[in-house]
Amino acid sequence: MTTRMFGQRISRREDPRLVTGHGRYLDDLGSSALEAAFVRSPHAHARILDIDVSAVLDVPGVVAVWTYEDLEGKLSEPLPMLLPHPSITAPVTGHVLAANEVNHVGEPIVMVIATNRYLAEDAASHIEIDYEFLDPVVGIETARQGSALVHDQAPGNVAAHLVQDVGDAPGRIASAPHVLELDLDIERSACMPMEGKGVLARWNREDSSLRVHSSTQTSTGVRAALAARLELPLGKVDVIAPDVGGGFGVKINHPWPEELALGAAAKILECEVKWTEDRREHFISSAHERQQLQRVRVGFDEEGRIYGLDVQFWHDNGAYLPYGVIVPLNTSTHILGPYNLPDYRVEYWSLYTNTVIVTPYRGAGRPQGVFLMERTMDAIADYLGRDRTEVRRMNFVREFPHPIGLIMQDGREGIYDSGDFDTSLDKLKALVGWDDFAACRERARAEGRRIGLGLGCYVEATGAGPYEGGHIEIETTGKVNVATGLTSQGQAHQTVFAQIVADELGVPIEMVEVTTGDTRRMGYSVGTWGSRGAVMSGNAVHLAAKKVKQKALTVAGRALEVDPADLEIVDGLVRVKGDPKAQMPLAMVSVLSNPLRYAFDEAAQAATQFGGRQDETKPPIAENDSPGLEDTDFYSPVRSTFASGMHAAIVETDPETADIRILRYCVVHDCGPMINPMVVEGQIHGGVAQGVGGALYEKMAYDSSGQLLNASFMDFLMPYASEVPQIETDHLETPSPLNPLGIKGAGEAGTIPVSAAIASAIEDAEGFPITRMPISPSELWELRRRHEAGEWPSLRHD
Amino acid sequence: MTTDNETYDIEAGTELTEPVTLTVNGVDHRLDLPGRRLLSDALRHDLRLTGTHVGCEHGVCGACTVLLDGQPVRSCLIFTATVQGCEITTVEGIGDDPAHPSAVQQAFIDSHALQCGFCTPGFITTIEAFLTDHPHPTAEEARAAVSGNLCRCTGYQNIVTAVCRAAELKHEAGGAEECAGCPWDGEQS
Repeated sequence: MTTRMFGQRISRREDPRLVTGHGRYLDDLGSSALEAAFVRSPHAHARILDIDVSAVLDVPGVVAVWTYEDLEGKLSEPLPMLLPHPSITAPVTGHVLAANEVNHVGEPIVMVIATNRYLAEDAASHIEIDYEFLDPVVGIETARQGSALVHDQAPGNVAAHLVQDVGDAPGRIASAPHVLELDLDIERSACMPMEGKGVLARWNREDSSLRVHSSTQTSTGVRAALAARLELPLGKVDVIAPDVGGGFGVKINHPWPEELALGAAAKILECEVKWTEDRREHFISSAHERQQLQRVRVGFDEEGRIYGLDVQFWHDNGAYLPYGVIVPLNTSTHILGPYNLPDYRVEYWSLYTNTVIVTPYRGAGRPQGVFLMERTMDAIADYLGRDRTEVRRMNFVREFPHPIGLIMQDGREGIYDSGDFDTSLDKLKALVGWDDFAACRERARAEGRRIGLGLGCYVEATGAGPYEGGHIEIETTGKVNVATGLTSQGQAHQTVFAQIVADELGVPIEMVEVTTGDTRRMGYSVGTWGSRGAVMSGNAVHLAAKKVKQKALTVAGRALEVDPADLEIVDGLVRVKGDPKAQMPLAMVSVLSNPLRYAFDEAAQAATQFGGRQDETKPPIAENDSPGLEDTDFYSPVRSTFASGMHAAIVETDPETADIRILRYCVVHDCGPMINPMVVEGQIHGGVAQGVGGALYEKMAYDSSGQLLNASFMDFLMPYASEVPQIETDHLETPSPLNPLGIKGAGEAGTIPVSAAIASAIEDAEGFPITRMPISPSELWELRRRHEAGEWPSLRHD
Repeated sequence: MTTDNETYDIEAGTELTEPVTLTVNGVDHRLDLPGRRLLSDALRHDLRLTGTHVGCEHGVCGACTVLLDGQPVRSCLIFTATVQGCEITTVEGIGDDPAHPSAVQQAFIDSHALQCGFCTPGFITTIEAFLTDHPHPTAEEARAAVSGNLCRCTGYQNIVTAVCRAAELKHEAGGAEECAGCPWDGEQS
């Protein structure tokens, strides 16, 4: 019997190609394509008075120059509001090219197409634009004040306002023995994949069709948007995500202006045209995330049992709102974490500012919510002088399913389906040595060193619908081709989906090849976001494989004249259980599954009308059957499944310089049964590294005029290997009852509680509250100064 | 505006070029290139060696790292015309066959040291040069060796493991010293 592939740490099937330089990322394609460059706004808020492109006509190699005036039909309309939500009071989206106003530095205004990028940039630099300056709105405080407006149609700069209210939080807080109020804020960061965005669009004159490659997280989404805006039938547009050099959320937003602009240029110029985003463009014209000002009021008793939680927060959504309110909605629905808090009220305002748009970045609002809840838990523990883990344990959810009464990002109520938070905490305490740490800290103090231990717990709704599909065909060679529509940006889909299919079909994994993100192979899909790839497409290909297997057994049963129920597939051979001599390779089953008139090779002769015995009472294709050893199935969940985990960090802060160093980082993670533990651990490592960046190094430094001051890798401090600690992991596998494989998502989890855990550890080392992240050494140094001056409080129980 | 006639050939609608001779992965190439053509662009778009990736265009991320006479350099910061006569090695020169990856490449596969793979070629060239000079690195030295390259996916832990694993594989093959500095000459794994 073949070893079960599910659960094996097998090496990745995509790697040999990628390590030898055979990857095909967007800019590796279209070597003869024309290239586009964009003139982008240097101002955060201005009216466009005049655009003079006359000088460009002298630049050699220029093929076309487009402004808003050149956009025809639906292309000139505002970009779509992808995720309408009832809380949105003033939906404003941008244009493919700015119409008459720019609302952030980096907004595209003119597209230049030339024979190569150098010449396109030369030409772009010669375009003159006159602006009338408007007051820029930068930062949540300024936006909230509302004296200057980003958009006239959004009074108070409010894009959206939502209240979710479960139980009676204000009443329960009023009756609580103790009440705390805290401000807990997070600043801006960004996904920063190593490969920026990119588009290659090719018009096929022969059949008036458009083929677009995009470095996207949703090829079906881009395809639908292109067809709608270019007014083409869907069948005339295909979109392919080639190898994608990282996404982390930013590539789920769509259509990006450049996707539509390039698609339109290819169609109108009847050419092949490419745009590859450079790093500065990525900083100022893609998307950021995270910034929120948050206020919490919590009531609790002597043992730390929470009576009620009342939260208000203000979310900076940047200049436009194409991706709706998913980020603040996720914050509001993930604050409760692993805790049973039946009395909860949350209210948020999503605000426009003259800065780069905000769309989900790994964690997508959850890191902010977890920061708020976990800092609150630590504050309660400090107030009461109790162990931080015991206060958490006092409030854990212990019964599943556990409905939380909140509407999640998929429009359905959040119901925790599985988990075991007590065991997770036990494992984390054992892994980090929680109970022995106080003694370590004292020993360090005696040596003049400051060390601290912190933790962060979270739950994450993963695997949201509406659906994903899998198509599987077994070729007449026996090769198994699997297609699913969602896209890959490094998550090992070609490996883990092959593991699932190999198990179900009983074939060696080497025979299985997986294609993702190609609308030519699977036209129905949603995309890669929200830790859903493994849950959604994993289950979809599993279901599709079951159907294909059944079909193979039926066809083989007919040929071998046995009941299909007596057959099994082992190592690619269909055989009679208990009688290995009566067998047939899947390759032959594939041949027989397609009744032929014409034999295209020797093997195919068996499938022709004179090739073998036939049941003359039945048609060659039975009712409800179809030719070919292939089938499609879809997985559509009733609701999201909840993964969970807990992190602990030990940090050391330098007594003189306030430098912050992570000494240990421990993770306990529960994403249900792991398809490939090596891949899951890789996801955790990478997630934690991004969390460390967001906790200690990365922030978007806007000045008050809306200029991004650190729009380069020299100044935006992404962690190198020298900054990321060794990560110690332990797993818990509580299966989800919601899907056939029992799996839960793992993509974003590593990032979610990192700021909370590190803030907790710094606080433990320093003895005063940490309420805002990220925190740099200079910010910590300043807090120390204020603390010594009596301007910043001490913890009650140091 | 006035167009710079020393830069452009207006009639042909292109830039003026000069002949450039490049030695890449042991093969000589003659190209006609504008003086401002970056080495990264020449490798990727003129020679179609697209394994070298461009992540930042300002020399910080290291994705475009190639070896220049055996030393790692950032090809996005180098004008092609300035490296005539040098031996350039790209990731394809370290190992071009997915069925037979080099020691460092195999170590990346064994250690799950890549996810999206975009930064990987720059790490592989960097590590190749490092192991030539430091055939027996400690984990700490391995971490320091890769601390000039950015990866946004892996958290680096498995890349550090891969450096040590590559050293092992090279020793098992007994080819570390023999191949040092001329990775296009010999079998790596």
